[in-house]
Amino acid sequence: MSTDARRLDPVDVVIVGGGWAGCIMAKEMTEAGRSVVVLERGPDRGTASDGAYPASIDELEGNFRYKLFQDLSKHTVTIRNNSRQVALPYRRMAAFLPGEGVGGAGLHWSGVHFRIPPDDLRLRTRVIEKYGAKFIPEGMNLQDYGVTYEELEPFFDRAEKVFGTSGEAYKVNGQVVGKGNVFSPSRSDHFPLPALKDVYTAHLFRKAATEAGFHPYSLPAANASRQYVNPYGAQMGPCNFCGYCSGYACYMYSKASPNVNILPVLRRHPLFELRAACNVLKVELDSDGRRATGVTYADAEGNTVTQPAELVILSAFQFHNVRLMLLSGIGKPYDPARNEGVVGRNFVYQNVTTSTVWLDPKVETNQYVGTGGGGVAFDDFNSENFDHGPLGFVGGSPVWVNQAGVKAIAAAYSGGPPGTPRWGSAWKAGMIDTYRHSLRIDAHGTNMAYRDVYLDLDPTWKDAHGQPLLRMTFDWKDNDIRMNRYVVDKIGNVAKAMGARRVHLTSREFGKPFDTRQYQTTHLGGGAVMGTDPGTSALNRYLQSWDVHNVFVIGANAFPQGTGYNPTGMVAALAYWAAHHIRTTYLARPGPLAG
Amino acid sequence: MQGLAGAAACGTVLASSGRAGPVAAPPYRPQFFDAAEWAFLVAACDRLIPADASGPGAVALDVPRFIDRQMDTPYAHGAQWYMSGPFMAGPDNLGYQLPYAPRELYRHGIAGMNAHAATRHGRPFAALSAALQDDLLRAAERGSLVFGDVPSATFFEQLLANVMEGAFSDPIHGGNTGMGGWAMLGFPGARADFMDWVDQYGVHYPLGSVSISGERA
Repeated sequence: MSTDARRLDPVDVVIVGGGWAGCIMAKEMTEAGRSVVVLERGPDRGTASDGAYPASIDELEGNFRYKLFQDLSKHTVTIRNNSRQVALPYRRMAAFLPGEGVGGAGLHWSGVHFRIPPDDLRLRTRVIEKYGAKFIPEGMNLQDYGVTYEELEPFFDRAEKVFGTSGEAYKVNGQVVGKGNVFSPSRSDHFPLPALKDVYTAHLFRKAATEAGFHPYSLPAANASRQYVNPYGAQMGPCNFCGYCSGYACYMYSKASPNVNILPVLRRHPLFELRAACNVLKVELDSDGRRATGVTYADAEGNTVTQPAELVILSAFQFHNVRLMLLSGIGKPYDPARNEGVVGRNFVYQNVTTSTVWLDPKVETNQYVGTGGGGVAFDDFNSENFDHGPLGFVGGSPVWVNQAGVKAIAAAYSGGPPGTPRWGSAWKAGMIDTYRHSLRIDAHGTNMAYRDVYLDLDPTWKDAHGQPLLRMTFDWKDNDIRMNRYVVDKIGNVAKAMGARRVHLTSREFGKPFDTRQYQTTHLGGGAVMGTDPGTSALNRYLQSWDVHNVFVIGANAFPQGTGYNPTGMVAALAYWAAHHIRTTYLARPGPLAG
Repeated sequence: MQGLAGAAACGTVLASSGRAGPVAAPPYRPQFFDAAEWAFLVAACDRLIPADASGPGAVALDVPRFIDRQMDTPYAHGAQWYMSGPFMAGPDNLGYQLPYAPRELYRHGIAGMNAHAATRHGRPFAALSAALQDDLLRAAERGSLVFGDVPSATFFEQLLANVMEGAFSDPIHGGNTGMGGWAMLGFPGARADFMDWVDQYGVHYPLGSVSISGERA
């Protein structure tokens, strides 16, 4: 295909994907004086058009017709639970909801904006230090990121300032300064905005978690608690708790997005060009496969176009980055039989279950009030904040009330307490009672990487351009199920302290396979992970391909394990970290970054 | 009894939207469904969300009209689903694998439901008693009916999902008439501003729902 392609004039940098990672990299590269083209597969989007009030306040279009999400009719994946099965296409949106269009998942996300626990960055090392190498279960590919919290801290700080993140610090420069997360590491500065107000259910959870002996804190939220101007000069309005975050372009300009926080500035830069509706087919390599020469894409009219560039940055969604590497021959594909190769290795997810607590029928929980990133959490059972020795599993879960705004169709689907029929008068009564008087508590857990959980190209199904779909081989493992069950059991103590009328604890069940039909989370990770060993990572610690030095791959694909936290804050920090090293070292002396 | 209750609640909702008197079904001419299909749809909606003490039913909320209008959207033509073959059966947990878009699921499913009603009871679904209709819907939900290559549970889930959407989505889509679905839930709809309510703890929100087009309940 590449030989017939129309060849454009070269640019310095071509970036695949117009979400958070792509827009951060584009901003950084234009600041460095480089010409940049961003290729985005989906349509151009903006808050003024896609987030207009009241037309955008439409749950059917936003959450059930997936207005801002990936067009599965053109591109999807195949999924199976193990390599003995035939993987089948993910034909309808359900378990995870990848984005598409300018802003990417950063337009439809909720806004929970975390740093990563320092121990998670060196989890293999930490587990061996604390419990010995034998503690790691057979078949678990436990790995370190190859970067420390101290190294990333300036970039977490930078991302929070760009996103206008609301929160309360615990420690700044080693001094305890507030009622933030006691397990969180020291910061170089406060959050740019104070924490959002607690909605009622979060307020109750904070009180009950304290009574139960845990350490609650305000979730860090990229939903502005006040009017804010970020370092780029982009403006945000104060969040009004409208409840239309996840699945929507925030009409209040309160939820951080590439469209609100970066693109208004970037679009005016003379060195920047955005091309929407351009689907990248492959990265072009030179004859020995050691250097990228640009990318080939299909434009909106169906023309095949080659864009030469000195530097190629893949910043599409996690699994699209992995697929483009496989389609382009960048890095050695993973072979699960030998546990060798790196592209597709350490594919991970997140281990989330939601429990429900019913309060007195006189108490209105007002679940429609909400903000995507707001809420109250405790980390007593996350990361290495507790002793895993007697428990015998690796990983953990933050626990939280994150009331993002429950809307009417979702309430109807959720129905009543377990045992209630799904329709008819009993359903109606149970559903209304549940909507008005209950609250939800999530255990938002880690997912470890396993030798037989991976990504590769599907042998059968193709996308709209005739290229193989990506194939996911994924199932829940006993370690992760045991972790979930341990943490969910603790939620019972909190519910009791709340004076619950009824509690339904939901935990993962042994022997029940991953179910693609039920929404779980869109926090997919790994598949092209960062690290310090080219034998187990596709990228070095600067997110640079070990094999093709002028290809950087930015996204949650770099996570060796699925974190208990929401991934966006880490992805943004990794983007600024990689950009810093490209700007300070790579551009002057292109080649593999060492050290 | 169920039918009478449905008519009464229907009248209440219609009256609040300024239209005349109780009617058995909304005065709407379906564009997609033929007469037999429409009769099934109205009857099934009335069982899935019956009018009762909790609030209006799906018929008064014009859920059948919502579904008929949806059949004219790209969604119903399968435009949002990956519809490339080959189509292979697999374990349930790997999700939907049939070559049918929602429009086709309705055509197959309603014909199947009416065929089962005729075989078992000698009448189409809409002419059965409420108890027999519930039995057939439960059998479909359990997956114990077969309609050619469409499992009855697949059709049932499609129908139930669209019924829920019709009762609780913005009235701009043709259902949730008079915002009756939102009123029974206590959902304020498109108000989307709780700046001064976020810390009014445990208290019922005092303002009624509004819709995208500016209706107020």
